[in-house]
Amino acid sequence: MNSSRQVTFLFLASAIIALMVGIFFGVIGGFQYILPLFLKESMGFTKARPLHVTLVVTWIFSAAIGGIYYYLPKIFGKLYSIRLAYLHFILFVITGCAILFCFFTNQFGGKEYLEFPPYLAFPMLLTWVLFMVNFFMTIKGKFLQAPIYIWMWTTGISFFFFTLLETYLWTIPFFRDNIVRDVTVQWKSMGSLVGSWNMLVYGTAFYIMEKISGNEIHTRSNKVFFFYFLGLTNLMFNWGHHIYIVPSAPWIGNIAYIISMTELLILGNIIYTWKKSVNESRQHIHLLPIRFLSSSDVWVFLNLTLAILISIPAVNAYTHGTHITVAHAMGTTIGINTMILLASLFFIIQQENISMSASHSFIIKKGFWVVNISLLVFWISLIACGIIKASEQQKGTIFQQMMEMLSPWFHSFLIAGIGVFIGLLMICYPLFINFINNRIPKTVSES
Amino acid sequence: MNRLIVFIILILLFLSFTAYVYTLGTEGPNVKMSDESIRGKLLFQKYNCTACHQIYGLGGYLGPDLTTEISQPGKGEAYAAALLKNGSVRMPNFHLSETEIKELVEFLKYVDATAITYKNKGTSPIMNQ
Repeated sequence: MNSSRQVTFLFLASAIIALMVGIFFGVIGGFQYILPLFLKESMGFTKARPLHVTLVVTWIFSAAIGGIYYYLPKIFGKLYSIRLAYLHFILFVITGCAILFCFFTNQFGGKEYLEFPPYLAFPMLLTWVLFMVNFFMTIKGKFLQAPIYIWMWTTGISFFFFTLLETYLWTIPFFRDNIVRDVTVQWKSMGSLVGSWNMLVYGTAFYIMEKISGNEIHTRSNKVFFFYFLGLTNLMFNWGHHIYIVPSAPWIGNIAYIISMTELLILGNIIYTWKKSVNESRQHIHLLPIRFLSSSDVWVFLNLTLAILISIPAVNAYTHGTHITVAHAMGTTIGINTMILLASLFFIIQQENISMSASHSFIIKKGFWVVNISLLVFWISLIACGIIKASEQQKGTIFQQMMEMLSPWFHSFLIAGIGVFIGLLMICYPLFINFINNRIPKTVSES
Repeated sequence: MNRLIVFIILILLFLSFTAYVYTLGTEGPNVKMSDESIRGKLLFQKYNCTACHQIYGLGGYLGPDLTTEISQPGKGEAYAAALLKNGSVRMPNFHLSETEIKELVEFLKYVDATAITYKNKGTSPIMNQ
């Protein structure tokens, strides 16, 4: 068996660094909401925001990819090519550093979430191709009978490639020179791009749940595939609720509205199975992966409810362009994706029989609560900002006045944001130390 | 096999929908983008204005939504040009040239001209549901 352990640990250690530095820049951005002159010239919001977003997204991808490289050999016996995985990692780091360099030196030129100069999309695509080759050659011929997490990873990897290409259609004049087409395609690609990383992350959650419970039925049943196809349908079509206000053909929005409402089935299923999953979680709550997966369940419920509400056109008309959209984004990236990925990291630690010290375990458990409580305050503050903004926009209040009215909520979201940073540091520092200290298996290092 | 069929059907629906979105679904209002406003759009990206400002919902929240800002009462081209030239408490001074300012203003005017659904909230069929 060719071990992918070391390359996995490299991805995971880089992921942790990206998360912590990314949240740090988020805190700087938060300060700029209440202190407009804070680092205005040296690290203005035009730098802090892309640094924050890019690094946090890097965390999600790097942690998910590292996990997949670790799990694939356990599922299929071996990874197609360890060398390719190393090459992927090296190119991933070089591209990431080039992007950060561009941000620090004020070199932009791209669109929102991909603000770096467009030529950097080429190495980015190439890193993904290396990952695709490794993944598809590993699962070759075994896809149809595979459990749900393989389908989800396949979907996530394929759709990410497609949507990344789509995000650069604006470089073609046919798309660039029509703002309606450009904006619509950008919302479409971004919506599907988020859906594609969700597939990678949720697939990881299914894998961990299967291995912890020892029950393979849940990852192969018709019911779980029904919800997978429902999720896939939403990935493909429900992005349209972002463009109700864009003067594109109305039925793009109509389709999105109908598809978005199918999420009620997912919500209903969560409520229906809630008691059972709570009981199961209680039995294993001492296990760190279960603890983090359980908290992601709560965040799925909260964010799905919010997503369904803002998909209703009559509600969307007011909430569009307010901080409620940010609340949804933060709730999903931190509350759901980050919690699942941390569960994956702790699961890998367990699989490698790495025993954490009692002090590390204590700090992590406290950090878990600090993150979740802070995130809840953060989420509520953003929703409050959104409600006030929506209401004031209707009254025609001028922007500066509105910002002053929102100031108390900006203070609370900044304090809560610092809480999220501290809580994640309490979790990630021991994790990072353990990954670095154990990157070489003990049997090898001791010999 | 049934799962594969469902998967393929969904992919085909997605590709058809995508083709529609790329073409007929996004023709938008009949407003042509001038060369000046195209350059303004690229400047908007070059200076990463989207970090703080939204256009059709895309962008940050530290500054106002710019989709129809230029046609708001008390605003206008001169107001936008002055802000672009000097910055504000929150907005940095990007030291833009007169040509760049003009191109950015042209871009904002173009976006404003297309924003019929913004100006008539409630008239878009989807918003009336």
